Amino acid sequence: MSSGTQPGTPAKPAVFPTMWNNKRAAFAFLAPAVAALALIGIFPTVFALVNSFRRYNLAKPRDPTPFVGLDNYLTVLYDPSFWGALGRTFMFLVTVVPIQIALGLIIALLLHKPGLSGFKLLARLSLVIPLATAPAVAGLIGRLIFNRDFGVANAVLAFVGAGPVEWLGDTTNAFIAVALMDIWQWTPFCALVLLAGLTMVPTEIEEAARLETKSRWQIVRYVQMPFLLPSVTVILILRTADILKMFDTVFTMTRGGPGAATELVSVYIQRVGFRVFDQGVASAQAIMLLILTIVLARLYVKYVYREV
Amino acid sequence: MAVASAENTAVRQASAPAKPKRLVNAWHLVGLLAIFLFAVFPFYWMVATSLKTQAEALASPPIWVFTPNLDNYYSVLFNRDVLSSLINSVIIAVSTTVLAVGLGTPAAYALARFEFKSKEELWFWFITNRMLSPIVVALPIFIMARTLNLIDTHLVLVLVYLTFNLPIVVWICTDQFRGVPRDLDEAARLAGASRFTIFWRIALPLAMPGVAVSAIFSFIFSWNELLYALVLTRNTARTAPVAATSFMSGYDLPWGEIMATGTLIVLPVIVFALIVSKHLVQGLTMGAVK
Repeated sequence: MSSGTQPGTPAKPAVFPTMWNNKRAAFAFLAPAVAALALIGIFPTVFALVNSFRRYNLAKPRDPTPFVGLDNYLTVLYDPSFWGALGRTFMFLVTVVPIQIALGLIIALLLHKPGLSGFKLLARLSLVIPLATAPAVAGLIGRLIFNRDFGVANAVLAFVGAGPVEWLGDTTNAFIAVALMDIWQWTPFCALVLLAGLTMVPTEIEEAARLETKSRWQIVRYVQMPFLLPSVTVILILRTADILKMFDTVFTMTRGGPGAATELVSVYIQRVGFRVFDQGVASAQAIMLLILTIVLARLYVKYVYREV
Repeated sequence: MAVASAENTAVRQASAPAKPKRLVNAWHLVGLLAIFLFAVFPFYWMVATSLKTQAEALASPPIWVFTPNLDNYYSVLFNRDVLSSLINSVIIAVSTTVLAVGLGTPAAYALARFEFKSKEELWFWFITNRMLSPIVVALPIFIMARTLNLIDTHLVLVLVYLTFNLPIVVWICTDQFRGVPRDLDEAARLAGASRFTIFWRIALPLAMPGVAVSAIFSFIFSWNELLYALVLTRNTARTAPVAATSFMSGYDLPWGEIMATGTLIVLPVIVFALIVSKHLVQGLTMGAVK
């Protein structure tokens, strides 16, 4: 955490009392960035809020866009597809994140273990590849790998004697395939964050523990775990936010299909807004997603960035 | 990170009993190779497919040994017009990064240095932008851009990408500026330098490592982005990820060409990501973990 890295923040301005208290100067430095972010972040959001109270269909550009009160929100509240998409997103989250953390922890421990530094460097650098891959391209790779006829996934299954699986054409399997691609892409992130936590454990303490016990698990549980908890919190919160935003991988891999089997909430809202063209309802959905995100962001700040 | 543990290796190996050590090392090695395979395989498969002919790409069971050829790259770049999409991506990613750094570094400097009242709220606001789902902004931006005739222009994406680039620049650079000693600024102030001169001539050059890292992140995120590009561009400003998805119609998909486009998108990013690999975690967690 960055709390320790603010040299001289408190009590320093004694030398120059007015220098860092100048509101005008601070304003001048901050104004351009704040104005830009307000223009492209806040203003459109307010516009979306306004649209969420209107009937607004892009496919009928000549129609009036009257205010309809809370109609759009009522539509959303009674729309099983929206709740389905939200539930699916939640399912995706609880499926994928525990696996990513567990695998990430194993990887982090292997990378933290002394010895074999050459191979460790190789493994650590290879983790950059999934992270650097554009999520859209990851989805395309997934679509190739999980192809029923010529995909490698089925070739590997055939090698161990299992029959060809209909991956992307089957509702459950498509969900699993998208989850597997997400696990490929984001496990390295979890591993690197957890590794950063592991390196916080003072070497002497770890050495002493190694002399005390032979059990790897005991060391993880009682020595390293306290240092890993902040990392786990960060992972949980960022992964939650990312899965609420998740669009690219799903779009290129399955387009949300078959049926709505992999239609996560952002994909669903995109469909309502740009393929059904119902901007009013889509805006109401987006605003509800925004509220959910803000609640989570509050948690984020509360548990992760406690300083400043 | 790894250096510290590497130094201790020799000591530990000397003190540990020899026989089980070798077995443990073997498992360690298997584990590390498994990590490598897990991380690299899908990428390898993409590159391999991009070097196959259509018949080889669609072979069942998949072909592992083949004569690589670059035909897919040629046809994608010159017949499918992926080249102009890549150029669009470069123009957009570079412009938005320059803009984000230009707007973000002064803000970061102010957040690191100045004391003012609603600093915490401002900072919270920057965080929320990192969490914001693009779809929330994409809906209204589309209508606004259509009204202003900005659909299918570079400008609209350059501006919209600031929603995630500006926060990342502000966050990484705020941390960096905090590491630059205040005494330098104060000394320059005593010598009569203006606040902007202090920022521009003293603080910014010293914060360059952070600025460079945040610029690379900003470039990567913009280069990889799909949702906004899909919604806001058609042909003239189409970015590379949109071009890659545009092949996905019809029954017989040109897998070699799709994977060639994918490789062209991913390869430069891997180079950049390796450059910042030490700061990868910091950038991806917005400084929550270092």
